[in-house]
Amino acid sequence: MWEYTDIVKEHFLNPKNVGEMKDASCVGEVGSIACGDALKLFLKIEDGIIRDASFQTFGCASAIASSSALTELVKGKTVDEAMKITNKDIAAALGGLPKEKMHCSVMGEEALEAAIKSYRGEDVGSHEHSEGEIVCECFGVTDEQILHAVRENDLKTIEDVTYYTKAGGGCAKCHEKIEALIAQARGEAAPTPAPAPKKLSNLQRMKLIEEVLEKEIRPRLQLDGGDIELADIDGLTVVVNLRGRCTGCPASQATVQGTVQGILREKVDPEIVVREA
Amino acid sequence: MSAQNVVYLDNNATTRVAPEVLEAMLPFFSERYGNPSSMHAFGGSVGSEMRQARESLADLLGCGTDEIIFTSCGTESDNTAIRSALTAQPEKRHIVTTRVEHPAVLSLCKFLERSQGYRVTYLGVDAEGKLDMQELTDSLNDDTAIVSIMWANNETGVIFPIEQIAELTRSRGIMLHTDAVQAVGKIPMQLSKTGVDMLSLSGHKLHAPKGVGALFVRRKLPYRPYLIGGHQEHGKRAGTENTTGIIALGAAAKAAKAHLPSENTTVRALRDRLESALLASVPDSRLNGHKTERLPNTSNISFKYIEGEAILLLLDQLGIAASSGSACTSGSLEPSHVLRAMGVPFTFAHGSIRFSLSRYTTDADVDYVIKNVPQIIETLRKISPYKQGAADPLSPLDSKPPCGC
Repeated sequence: MWEYTDIVKEHFLNPKNVGEMKDASCVGEVGSIACGDALKLFLKIEDGIIRDASFQTFGCASAIASSSALTELVKGKTVDEAMKITNKDIAAALGGLPKEKMHCSVMGEEALEAAIKSYRGEDVGSHEHSEGEIVCECFGVTDEQILHAVRENDLKTIEDVTYYTKAGGGCAKCHEKIEALIAQARGEAAPTPAPAPKKLSNLQRMKLIEEVLEKEIRPRLQLDGGDIELADIDGLTVVVNLRGRCTGCPASQATVQGTVQGILREKVDPEIVVREA
Repeated sequence: MSAQNVVYLDNNATTRVAPEVLEAMLPFFSERYGNPSSMHAFGGSVGSEMRQARESLADLLGCGTDEIIFTSCGTESDNTAIRSALTAQPEKRHIVTTRVEHPAVLSLCKFLERSQGYRVTYLGVDAEGKLDMQELTDSLNDDTAIVSIMWANNETGVIFPIEQIAELTRSRGIMLHTDAVQAVGKIPMQLSKTGVDMLSLSGHKLHAPKGVGALFVRRKLPYRPYLIGGHQEHGKRAGTENTTGIIALGAAAKAAKAHLPSENTTVRALRDRLESALLASVPDSRLNGHKTERLPNTSNISFKYIEGEAILLLLDQLGIAASSGSACTSGSLEPSHVLRAMGVPFTFAHGSIRFSLSRYTTDADVDYVIKNVPQIIETLRKISPYKQGAADPLSPLDSKPPCGC
């Protein structure tokens, strides 16, 4: 069961400003039934000020609460002020959301943006996101949306991105692209290190193997409570000992063959063979 | 919140411990703490109580007492059964299961496929959740080590024809395991008269406490233990026995046997009344799963245009406990794998609610739910941008998900 704040519960149980607005100045629509949530935001704007707001939402409790809080937030604001409202403001107005539910606040921000753009006569496309290219096909999330969410909320992991945008929460095929987008947004180099030099001396190769093992492979295994140590290097054959929870793990063969050998082949030499001591 | 204030219709998730079960088990927490493996009478007498529990469970399943291994839960039973079949037949590398299994089977099969190189066939189901026997027949080959198919589905209650499947696997000399966690105690079974080789069950689904389960392994079936250590359970499952849980499971099995007829009369009648009333009073609602080939206690109903978590929370406000196959409650972002396998349109899948009854469900409980659900659905539909009759602006009806995953 989700741990919702009392404010979330209140907005869900007694949502404010529900329903269609017949004389709305503009409407913002995001989401779809297939995605599991959708929000239709109605704004009434006079003299550059948002006089009234209402919503219709298909979704879970936090989606309904986010929509309700959003309508309260925007009322009385100028259009320019409203344009500055982010998902963080919506989440804050609710006293916080479970991190898995942050995408509900992002949906609010996107609906607001769509509504204002439509008011200003800017192209909002259809309900599909017109800007950027689709990265996550399962939930129709674009690279622009992911970059924005990462920058706005200081996201660091794929899981974070999924919580905030849903991207990557389906078939997982887009995980590599999301990783690259996180790196891009955070101003870091994409996580693809420079290709290994073509001809390595024995010494260089051994050093590189040690380095890759230390910096990339060990941390990964340690995440699962395992560990690895280098036993020997003989030409292109790397002999290792699995430690910690890797010992006797039924998947250890797969770890050695798949993860360890795969990474070393990619980073050092495509002909490397890894075996257990 | 105490049990008195709750209309508990989530019995496929877990059940209350029956009073007679609690009474039977309590002494084994306190004065009768002996280890059944001990040589002294203080421990040994616990062993003889365990034998009675084993007899009661064997009686419910219609099998021999030597064919029962007590475990810690349904998941352990499932894992033990499938891994045993693979270890005992190392030359065979193929597994057949279904797309609608519980994660205890499904995730294990995916793990074995991904990291151990086994081939797995995931059988589909039709719109009513039923298997295609021809597809099953065609999937079997000389490399097939095990067929693992649930007896009844936890989400929809749809019953698979396990006895018929067992005839098929037996004629082909292939092991059959069935996850019967939801079926035991709800439908009669006589395992000695079927070709089922292994069967998993869980105590807490039939009014015993959590933390105890059992695995039926047919006599003389090649078997490899999962937990290795002491000689408990005749060396088939090492580890000091959960004596309290086992005594409770025995008592629960005895009670389940006694209540088996009423599950299929009284409970079924309550379920049917609830189901037909809701389907009649709420427009744009539908039943998920075959109407008759189904557990007597389960009803999975979808309410179009609204989302399951929101429904559950409003039900919760009224003290009604149920569950949903919606994305927001599944812990993932996609709706239930069972409903998706059945091809339930997303418009319905997100708004699915599972009501699961037990012998403790009363007429008043059902009346209360029938009275309150239509109001809740109406409230949420007022909030939803999707409406009956209106063209669906954002998503074509019954559209397929944008990816095939």
